[in-house]
Amino acid sequence: MSDLIRPKDEEALAVAVAEAKSSQTPVEVCGAGSKRDIGRPLQTAARLTTEKLKGVTLYEPSEMVLSARAGTPVAEIEKTLAKHDQQLAFEPVDLGPMLGAQAGLGTIGAVFAANLSGSRRIQLGAARDHLLGIRAVSGRGETFKSGGRVMKNVTGVDLARGIAGSWGTLAVMSEVTMKVLPRAQATRTLLFIGLTDQVAVDAMCAALVTPFEVSGTVHLHDDFAARLVDSEYLRRPSPVTALRLENFDSSLAYRSGQLAESLAAFGTTIELDDGASHDFWDGMRTLTFLQDSQDPVWRISTAPTQGARLVAALSKRLDCRAAYDWSGGLIWLQCTPTADAGATEVRRVVAEIGGHATLIRADAALRASIDVFQPLSPGVSALTTKLKQSFDPAGILNPGRMYRGV
Amino acid sequence: MPGQPVCADKMSSLAFLEPDSGVINRREDLIRGLKDILPVGSVISDEDGRRAFETDALTAYKQMPLAAVLPTSTEQVSRVLSYCKANAIKVIARGAGTSLCGGALPSADSIVLGISKMNAVLDIDYDNRTARVQTGITNIDISNAVSPNKFFYAPDPSSQLACTLAGNIGMNSGGAHCLKYGVTINNVLGLKIVLMDGEIIEIGGDELDAAGYDLLGLIIGSEGQFGVVTEATVRFLRSAEGARPMLMGFGSVEAAGECVSAIIASGIIPVAIEFMDKPAIQVCEDFAKAGYPRDAEALLIIEVEGSDDEIEERLGQIQQIADPFKPTTIKVSQSASESAAIWLGRKSAFGAVGRIADYYCMDGTIPLGKLSEVLIEIGAICNRYKLRVANIFHAGDGNLHPLILYDANDADEMERAEKCGAELLELCVRAGGCLTGEHGVGVEKRELMLSQFTRTDLEHQMRIKTMFDPDWLLNPDKVFPLEVRAS
Repeated sequence: MSDLIRPKDEEALAVAVAEAKSSQTPVEVCGAGSKRDIGRPLQTAARLTTEKLKGVTLYEPSEMVLSARAGTPVAEIEKTLAKHDQQLAFEPVDLGPMLGAQAGLGTIGAVFAANLSGSRRIQLGAARDHLLGIRAVSGRGETFKSGGRVMKNVTGVDLARGIAGSWGTLAVMSEVTMKVLPRAQATRTLLFIGLTDQVAVDAMCAALVTPFEVSGTVHLHDDFAARLVDSEYLRRPSPVTALRLENFDSSLAYRSGQLAESLAAFGTTIELDDGASHDFWDGMRTLTFLQDSQDPVWRISTAPTQGARLVAALSKRLDCRAAYDWSGGLIWLQCTPTADAGATEVRRVVAEIGGHATLIRADAALRASIDVFQPLSPGVSALTTKLKQSFDPAGILNPGRMYRGV
Repeated sequence: MPGQPVCADKMSSLAFLEPDSGVINRREDLIRGLKDILPVGSVISDEDGRRAFETDALTAYKQMPLAAVLPTSTEQVSRVLSYCKANAIKVIARGAGTSLCGGALPSADSIVLGISKMNAVLDIDYDNRTARVQTGITNIDISNAVSPNKFFYAPDPSSQLACTLAGNIGMNSGGAHCLKYGVTINNVLGLKIVLMDGEIIEIGGDELDAAGYDLLGLIIGSEGQFGVVTEATVRFLRSAEGARPMLMGFGSVEAAGECVSAIIASGIIPVAIEFMDKPAIQVCEDFAKAGYPRDAEALLIIEVEGSDDEIEERLGQIQQIADPFKPTTIKVSQSASESAAIWLGRKSAFGAVGRIADYYCMDGTIPLGKLSEVLIEIGAICNRYKLRVANIFHAGDGNLHPLILYDANDADEMERAEKCGAELLELCVRAGGCLTGEHGVGVEKRELMLSQFTRTDLEHQMRIKTMFDPDWLLNPDKVFPLEVRAS
């Protein structure tokens, strides 16, 4: 059992990291710990959590900006935003439930540390695109800030983005500032039932070249679809393709009609109303269909048009089911367990078709024995090692979580 | 890091590093060496030719480089950089030279590496809505390549007819539409970069997120200090069905600012919200005869997108929202020509100001809620320096452009303008904003960085510079205060 360090403020956080540095003691960095089982397993004497760094420190709805201490639960931030009909537009996926943690546990710091973006990424950008500024303690035990609270800011090197997606290996964020956006007045969803993967990807790409601002495009294999779509629409197991429109009520009537018409070649659509739409997309956010299973799950990112081809190639040798998000550009692939969770095949096919893959769910022994994150090209790998050394020369923050020696 | 700050004569108040005389003395040899590794005609070494590269759009500062090179391939860029590294020659990467902050200003011991000949569109993928281009392409030419099919590349800096994607990547450029569509970093998925030792690295690609650390996020906006980006994969977007602006005049700056807040709070995100203060209104109306209300203290131009019906409804909503703030004028465009007239004044604002005086364009960002107190303070500061000012504000995203009017032939007035500008930017930082929203730091704001950052902040940034370019040869005299560098 490792020691638990729970700094109560930024100053205590800096002291804790500085002590770890001077004593060369590697620490596991986490928020609420809902994603501890992602990445290469850590062997650290201590665990440092930001869970006591809580609270919204700034919220200006009319400036669309919010700052919160890193350990603030995402659920709390979304509650605050909802009072002003605003939201985190990048719709962070909640990876907790598929890993056995309860829903809504994750912290806002971890959302940016893992750059977690949901279905709306395809229209409005990733988590890191909404990150305006951070305060953090680097592996040097030094507190620094980057960015600020304004939308446009090109002053100096953008360290905030450098820290986003670094899984706590470079610095421990103490406070994050983000852009927030209005919630749409209403949501509608068009469903196609029974499209093959390739036709579904074609339909999703076609939806995104219309001017109707489609804000979600997903395609789910049969039994995944059954977890998200009411049985009244699925008389027998079928894949489902969903397209989301969000806007003012008056616009939605027009836009959903126009969208269905422009995609008529792909078949007829079923329209989900506001309530049913929210249920569906909430299910996407918590990846309901990946819960209640221990089977390995890969997250694969590729060019949207390559998604179906990639899954088809993998399906030749792996027993797997897929959920496509981002119009085919993001694939959640659940595989029947094998000795390497399909790693050899996934790496081979991804190298051939393009993109990158991360093993999101697998037991610790497996995660210790294979690459969890996408192996990098030699040039990028060299920069990665140097970046780690720059922020964390003693290698004390989440050492090896992403890559060996990083 | 070589050299100590010295004050260059002829230039204004900024100090520059003492150039490396060893390099300057070897100029002829070095130029021969560059000619050996590049195709005929790629090295510009005569005085007239070099003159074109001695400054950028911050024309107060000029310095002839050793030479300029205009490579036509990534491999040539790689050869140039490894040659320069081996010979300790500084390299200033340059797009079209439209930087307003001296981002492409050479030093006497540097060469300018111009990317403008590398301007091809390599691939357009409509299904994925991405284009792979060489970065010497102008910003507008990316949109032009896809506009026949009703697509556009979103970041649209006002220099877009001339500025290159390479420069946009260097400065993480924005534009009038970034409230809705984001800036360069939000619209680039991958790039090919040449590091100072000549190594060519590809980062990201056509997927929506890149593997590993966010190196794209670090490189975009690094002001040419990390490497030379020669190719990029950019996202382009489908154009809206239509767009239409409206114009509103207000009796006070406060009323206009509060109106913007109320619009955003209502859930409407216009594609652009532009603010002008009274001096800006007068100058633009004199020039463009756009029908701007001369009696208004502040003006808003608001544009929304959608179908005709949607636009109608949205502009109607905005008028209702604006009502409590008692607009003195409301003009909703009813036709393409009226739209053009409404935008004409705003788009010609810089030119219009330039007609009556030289101007120094500042680029701070402030929280919207601080607008009126900041404008009052700006007025007071400019009064103190006995200078006039006109303010243009991208109200949706807080980017404030005070245009300080001065006479470039009056050395004293020029110096006052520069000092006044520095105070205005420090004011933006105090108000909770930043030194630069979209122009970059360059040389212009380099010495102001300590007003926004601590030494520790800057040291964390400088280590990234060192990681990419250990000898500090790439655009080295920019961004970081000389004194912080020296320590």
